Amino acid sequence: MLSSLGSAGGKSAKPSFVSYVTPEEIKSEKEPSRKEKHPDLLPGEVVFCSASTVLKYTQDDLSQRGVFGVLLCTNFRVSFVSDEAPTEEMVRTLFKNKLYGENDIPLSCVDNIYGDKRKLITGGLVKNKYPSKMIIHCKDLRVFQFSLSFSKEEDAKKIFQGIVHHCLEPKSLRCLFAFSYCENTSYPGSYSYCREHLRKKQTVMFDSVEDWTQDMKRTKGNCRVVSENSNFELSPKLPQYFIVPKNVSDEDLTKYQGKGLPMWCWSHHSGCALFKTASIPLVQEDNVCCRMLTAVAHNHLYSVKTEDLSDTLPTVQDILLSYNRFKQFFLIDNTTEFWMSDMKWFSSLDNCGWLDIIRQCLQKAVEVVESLEKENTNVLIMEEGGSDLCCVVSSLVQLMLDPYYRTLLGFQSLVQKEWVAGGHAFLDRSNHLHLKDKVESQSPVFLLFLECVWQLQQQHGPAFQFSETYLTVLSDSIHVPVFTTFLFNNDGHRDSLLRAESPHTQRSPLNCPTVWDWSVQFDCKAQDLFTNPLYTEKPKQDTSVRKSYRPRHLRQLSLPSSAFKTPPKKGFFKDEADNLKKILGVKRLSRWMLSPSSDSPQTSSSVREFYEAWQTKPLDYHGLLLPCLDGPSIRVWMQRYLRWIHDVQILGGGPVAMLSKVSEILGEVQELQRQLDRHGCTLTSNHKGARPRAKTAAAVIAARSSVRLSSSFPFVTSRNWSFKPAIPTSLLQSLMVTGMAGNLADREDDGGPESLV
Amino acid sequence: MTAPHVTLGEVLPERAVQNRLTNPGTENCSLCASRESLKMEPLAVTLLPGEERVIDKDIMYICPFSGPVKGKVFITNYRLYFKSADADPSVTLNVPLGAIGRVEKMGGASSRGENSYGLDITCKDMRNLRFALKQEGHSRRDIFDILFRYAFPLSHGLLLFAYLSQEKYEENGWSVYKPMEEFRRQGLPTDKWRITFINDNYELCDTYPTILVVPFKATEEDLRKVSTFRSRGRIPVLSWIHRENQAVICRCSQPLVGMSGKRNKDDERYLEVIREANGTAKLTIYDARPSVNAVANKATGGGYEGDDTYQNAELVFLDIHNIHVMRESLKKLKDIVYPNVEESHWLSSLESTHWLEHIKLVLSGAIQVADKISGGNSVVVHCSDGWDRTAQLTSLAMLMLDSHYRTLRGFQVLLEKEWISFGHKFASRIGHGDKNHADQDRSPIFVQFIDCVWQMTKQFPTAFEFNERLLMTILDHLFSCRFGTFLYNCESARDTNEVRSKTVSLWSLVNSDSTSYLNPFYTPESSRVLYPVASMRHLELWVTYYIRWNPRIRQQQQSPVEQRYMELLALRDEYLKKLEELQLTDSSPNSSHLSNSSASNAASPTQHINHLHTPF
Repeated sequence: MLSSLGSAGGKSAKPSFVSYVTPEEIKSEKEPSRKEKHPDLLPGEVVFCSASTVLKYTQDDLSQRGVFGVLLCTNFRVSFVSDEAPTEEMVRTLFKNKLYGENDIPLSCVDNIYGDKRKLITGGLVKNKYPSKMIIHCKDLRVFQFSLSFSKEEDAKKIFQGIVHHCLEPKSLRCLFAFSYCENTSYPGSYSYCREHLRKKQTVMFDSVEDWTQDMKRTKGNCRVVSENSNFELSPKLPQYFIVPKNVSDEDLTKYQGKGLPMWCWSHHSGCALFKTASIPLVQEDNVCCRMLTAVAHNHLYSVKTEDLSDTLPTVQDILLSYNRFKQFFLIDNTTEFWMSDMKWFSSLDNCGWLDIIRQCLQKAVEVVESLEKENTNVLIMEEGGSDLCCVVSSLVQLMLDPYYRTLLGFQSLVQKEWVAGGHAFLDRSNHLHLKDKVESQSPVFLLFLECVWQLQQQHGPAFQFSETYLTVLSDSIHVPVFTTFLFNNDGHRDSLLRAESPHTQRSPLNCPTVWDWSVQFDCKAQDLFTNPLYTEKPKQDTSVRKSYRPRHLRQLSLPSSAFKTPPKKGFFKDEADNLKKILGVKRLSRWMLSPSSDSPQTSSSVREFYEAWQTKPLDYHGLLLPCLDGPSIRVWMQRYLRWIHDVQILGGGPVAMLSKVSEILGEVQELQRQLDRHGCTLTSNHKGARPRAKTAAAVIAARSSVRLSSSFPFVTSRNWSFKPAIPTSLLQSLMVTGMAGNLADREDDGGPESLV
Repeated sequence: MTAPHVTLGEVLPERAVQNRLTNPGTENCSLCASRESLKMEPLAVTLLPGEERVIDKDIMYICPFSGPVKGKVFITNYRLYFKSADADPSVTLNVPLGAIGRVEKMGGASSRGENSYGLDITCKDMRNLRFALKQEGHSRRDIFDILFRYAFPLSHGLLLFAYLSQEKYEENGWSVYKPMEEFRRQGLPTDKWRITFINDNYELCDTYPTILVVPFKATEEDLRKVSTFRSRGRIPVLSWIHRENQAVICRCSQPLVGMSGKRNKDDERYLEVIREANGTAKLTIYDARPSVNAVANKATGGGYEGDDTYQNAELVFLDIHNIHVMRESLKKLKDIVYPNVEESHWLSSLESTHWLEHIKLVLSGAIQVADKISGGNSVVVHCSDGWDRTAQLTSLAMLMLDSHYRTLRGFQVLLEKEWISFGHKFASRIGHGDKNHADQDRSPIFVQFIDCVWQMTKQFPTAFEFNERLLMTILDHLFSCRFGTFLYNCESARDTNEVRSKTVSLWSLVNSDSTSYLNPFYTPESSRVLYPVASMRHLELWVTYYIRWNPRIRQQQQSPVEQRYMELLALRDEYLKKLEELQLTDSSPNSSHLSNSSASNAASPTQHINHLHTPF
């Protein structure tokens, strides 16, 4: 029966390889009785092909252990359904992804497929050939190994070719699962409902004038909100709404399709602000460049620093290359290889350069922070396109300076502002469509940003409301092709596609969830793991203190104008601007734009001084936060990268052992607080952050206290634990090779023969 | 805590008030009046009882982090103390003389350049100190001579400070370890293992303790015969026995096989008796050395147990290198972290020191031992002499197997037993009071062991009752010579020098102030074997120890996680109290229900709080 399912699926799926039949067509051919060996299909999900008696190896291909089951390929995922009855596991049900399970790989999550002898499969298959073994490396670092040798030849061939086709061959955006999912789901009502829902939860989407205005007001910025692009008339690449310095003329706004427009990111309380822009060729007949700089400079104190990130940070290609080398360390096929690589781990890590790229981005962000915080200068960062490293740096700067962005909702809003509205080309950078001409533009830039955030979080845990698990899950979600957040290149792209794909009238676009609606993936209990038990809200007294500071800020703001003695006379401004133009054109521009400043020892030592000065002050988790950039401080994101590797799981250990105790007590405190509240007791002391959230992580923790946690919590179930320790193999190798310490190694501990009795 | 200035000082137990070195702001006047103190404005140093001032001098400290600092240096018979003249940024140094490894003159009377004339001090605790003096008038002669004499008292016929100290503590640390008690805790003697006093006068083996546990079947005569075939008479004796499966860890030195491949029937039978004790099919012998070294040892009369001679035994080499390799490795590590942390290619530099690689080898050796034992197989562990690598392996395996050793007291017992009583040569490895800094016997074997323990506490943050501070304190006093605990090479030498009666134990200090050394996250779990992951992926450099002198490394007295935890504990305490008060005044049925639910919460937690509260 199973085999018949396979062949039937194969028959019906066959045309789909070439013609992308709509899911409905296939669906109609299917018979409901065959459901039993399917995973629970999502709305709009269709099985393309399947094969039974596929062997899935467990952990290590050398052990040759495994489970038999059915391997399927749908329009959403590659899925393995074990023949064995699933055992109920507490931990798994606790942190279960509602969209895909532990044996499912969303198609966009497939990274590479290898055949026999670890030969990389690149599509363009020889007909009728298929390997007996298939290894799938996933973008979330999981590794699957399947043996097809026990399946019927016909089935094996079809499933292999089906998987390769759907995972590696170019496809149209229309084929991404999001579209059939959203058409077929009543997901939470209408688009507007969903928006309302999100509004209530206060993730600011930055898709309206109000959102931008509000954010500018919040930071006391004084710029101009542009709504001329609401229908993408200026340029489809520009955000629907954005903010520019007050002094940008209407003429310049429309002239170059927005190229070179300084886009406001964030205002410092001193009045200076951070802007970003897509760099324009320096040789421009009418000197837009200078006009734009002048406009930025006019924002505050007539000072501006510009930083061309293309000159000083790695390119998107560098980032991709480095990451590709880096990820290989974690895509482990067998334990022997793993332990072999263990000895050279540090130098391999060093040589792939990934941590260094992270460090460079953080350092650049610190430089910008210094300009804003210490020198109160406007900063304009630029790069070609203006939506990759500009997004990385500007978001990092805001995370360091503005505690609001370190809350969960604040962080999500920041990603909306800088990345989604900011026009980061998520689709091209992830190349979900496997388009050959987009291979070049593929690059894990957003992941790089999350890595940097993780470093900050690692160094200053209590400053962040969201947890490490949240970041890991977010990084996984990039490859789940359901969320509009990561599917498009910019606002215009999204708008046109969602409109075009709408099944209804042209007026209401297709309704797709954003990644921020976490209930699509996780239930409430699992979402509790997104919050950091170390985080405490800012004590209330402090806000009053802050209020008393405010007038002083205002005073500071007014200071320059009186100092400069500049009544708003037209003529004066003009002179001033001309002057500035000269300075900018001759000195500053050349200094800041043409010579890469980050390489000079001066800058790095200045950054170091800035850091040291900051470090000597008492640490305020609700204030400015700077990362330590020393070698030992930049680390590997253990949870994300090591979670699937069995041999390095610390059973009963890891930071989670400590954090769960904090959560436990937090839960108790909250419960006591509720009891006290019921007594009508007003708590006089202002206790930090102990206000109960609806359902606390404590409940979760308490529920699993019987289950032994491991360092890869909550991602791996404890089912697979062997209680045998992992014993490193091939220990002596590197020591022998390097012949270290000369003949010292040959010597006796206590000096020579005479010491022996 | 987040000191704006460079605070360089040994980890001082802050709660032991009488021993505290206080800054003027927090000086307790009544205390300092009753004690001899160095009078210098505006600073007063509270000396330890028995500590005496020797010299003080205006000097320039060449701080590698903040440049030359003018100030005054004090030298007592215990420490070198420096305090900058300017308060901002205030720089202090507080170095026990025991931590000094080498004192050298820097520059000559005619050297040019600023601050080129002075002293260069190499410390055992990962730092170097430079002082500059005025070039005229042999200004450094007196201070150099005094430093040289007092830093290396044994080379100058002086007593170690431990013998001069008059410190008094509530607790007597010397009573922490009683061998009989410890063996009884392990369930010994049994019908297979007996306690012997054959070494009462150190006649069987002068580097072993007096009380030994040996197979019941082995007679005193057997023991004597076996001792002739084991290097330095260090025969296989029991270190630890598994309560359920009766598998044992035995430790010893290498067999004296030699070039000719000598055999010894008594030794072979003795190991056979160990095997038989719990019916282990094959006795596993862990030779800590790389096999090449074990082979090479034959040339000097040593060797290893051959397969053909020890038929029911399997021999496994653990590939851990010798003391010289470890010494060089730590030296390299110091080069890349002091004074500045190597910037370019930090990770590659770290790898090239091999320090963590050695840690990995030691840990994975111990994991193998522990794994064998929990599988019911008895093991014998040795290296060459059985006092360096052997001690590392047995004590780490015992730490994994026996949760008692993960408590504050239990860990002290572990050190007293496996390291101190079984003759790890602390005096030779550290060179207490000895001027021969290049002595080839010196090696950071014990530091390496403590590092391994630290790695374990990192991986299992809730499994240990003690905290990082204890480990730091132990390492500080490994060098300081303030306590008798780590002095001398073995028990017989300690007896001769009356360490127990004439010096104070480090555990007196620790146990008189035990709250400072407790880990609030500790969750006792008795039945569990703790296997750390010996992968480079999880091993990390102990930055807060090796790089602690660098002001850029934030020295947080409490980790943020700990701080938050303590806050919450205090909060819970407060709320519980409030609830109690409310319930006393309020007798509605509603509240009585509440009291029930909170009572279950309250019972153990409040007790918990009471002793955790103090360090907060």
